Amino acid sequence: MNTPALKEWPLWEIFVRSKQGLEHKHCGSLHAADAAQALHMARDVYTRRQEGVSIWVVPSIAITASNPDDKGELFDPAADKIYRHPTFYEIPEEVGHM
Amino acid sequence: MYTQSFSVPDNAGQKNVAAVPSTENPELMAAFDARIDADGRIEPQDWMPDAYRKTLVRQISQHAHSEIVGMLPEGNWISRAPSLKRKAILIAKVQDEGGHGLYLYSAAETLGTSRDQMLEGLHSGKAKYSSIFNYPTLNWADVGVIGWLVDGAAIMNQIPLCRCSYGPYSRAMVRVCKEESFHQRQGYEALLVMMQGTEAQRAMVQDAVNRLWWKCLAMFGPPDADSPNSAQGMRWGIKRISNDELRQKFVDATVPQAKVLGVTLPDPDLKWNEARQHYDYGQIDWQEFWNTVEGNGPCNKERLATRVKAHNDGQWVRDAALAYTRKQQQRAQKEAA
Repeated sequence: MNTPALKEWPLWEIFVRSKQGLEHKHCGSLHAADAAQALHMARDVYTRRQEGVSIWVVPSIAITASNPDDKGELFDPAADKIYRHPTFYEIPEEVGHM
Repeated sequence: MYTQSFSVPDNAGQKNVAAVPSTENPELMAAFDARIDADGRIEPQDWMPDAYRKTLVRQISQHAHSEIVGMLPEGNWISRAPSLKRKAILIAKVQDEGGHGLYLYSAAETLGTSRDQMLEGLHSGKAKYSSIFNYPTLNWADVGVIGWLVDGAAIMNQIPLCRCSYGPYSRAMVRVCKEESFHQRQGYEALLVMMQGTEAQRAMVQDAVNRLWWKCLAMFGPPDADSPNSAQGMRWGIKRISNDELRQKFVDATVPQAKVLGVTLPDPDLKWNEARQHYDYGQIDWQEFWNTVEGNGPCNKERLATRVKAHNDGQWVRDAALAYTRKQQQRAQKEAA
């Protein structure tokens, strides 16, 4: 497979872990020629005040997103299954916290 | 951090263009309106009316351009800062502005416009940016006054934008506002230090305030009565508080700060109105404002030329980075083959 010749710096999505023990969270995007440059620039743009201890950069085109037009049928199956929530069940008060 | 609270048409001058009647699909339009009414958020992949998209692209890109051009008047002072401490602070602030520009360009790109298109709009002079940067920064106190008043006005504008109906814009503004308060405080503090200095230094502060005060009031945009697009912006949840209301808030907040600093605000009509529980203030020169928006301010040409030169001078760096990436890709392909 041939990679198409790059004409402009591609877009990268940036994920930052704010502290050890927490997940990486999406915080924005930027243009960079390659992954190493994207990391470097993400550090300068998104962690100028020690907002992170780790950064992920992902090419934006690598992300597959669900289609908002399918939101209904995609998420509808969960809508009528209230028995999946703990509050669906009534437990006698004397049982206490469960 | 800098925004002209309103979004000036890029062909400013032709004001009061009649609204185009909506030709949008009524069903989609109703769903969109319902979400706005429920104070919901619109995300990039969601359906939105064309006019909403266009308004946002214009407003967000103008906002981004303002951040980038805003680096220039302050950048001039980096090499002339009076101490290493002030120099480090100023570099950090200018770097923030660059970052703010990037958050905003990214937000605008989610609406389907490319970075190159936006830069082309700025560099060709077609797109507008905040008029405040078309005035010169003549002495060191100007840098302090930009922080105190210009950033102060920008904060007033931007806090309500954190609740803007367009998700990526509101998220960018949350990030910007977090960083903004440093800008205002460093400016005010720099002025406090100057006011404790010599007579000449105090005079510099007063001179900078005199030159910039009215321009800052104009940053909030034309009076509500002459701001036909504001109502639509409000309807769409892009704008939350009107130009005049924001301007009043800014005046009310600034008067006591000026008192502590020991400067006078150059407006003989500025006085407390007991009945309104607000400060009254004088007439803004809108003629002068529009003249600057239309490109005839003292620094319009110089700012744009500096910006274009910086972009052109950086072309070889962008080219080299791309060439390097292409070479790495080709090498990887050859090894895989």
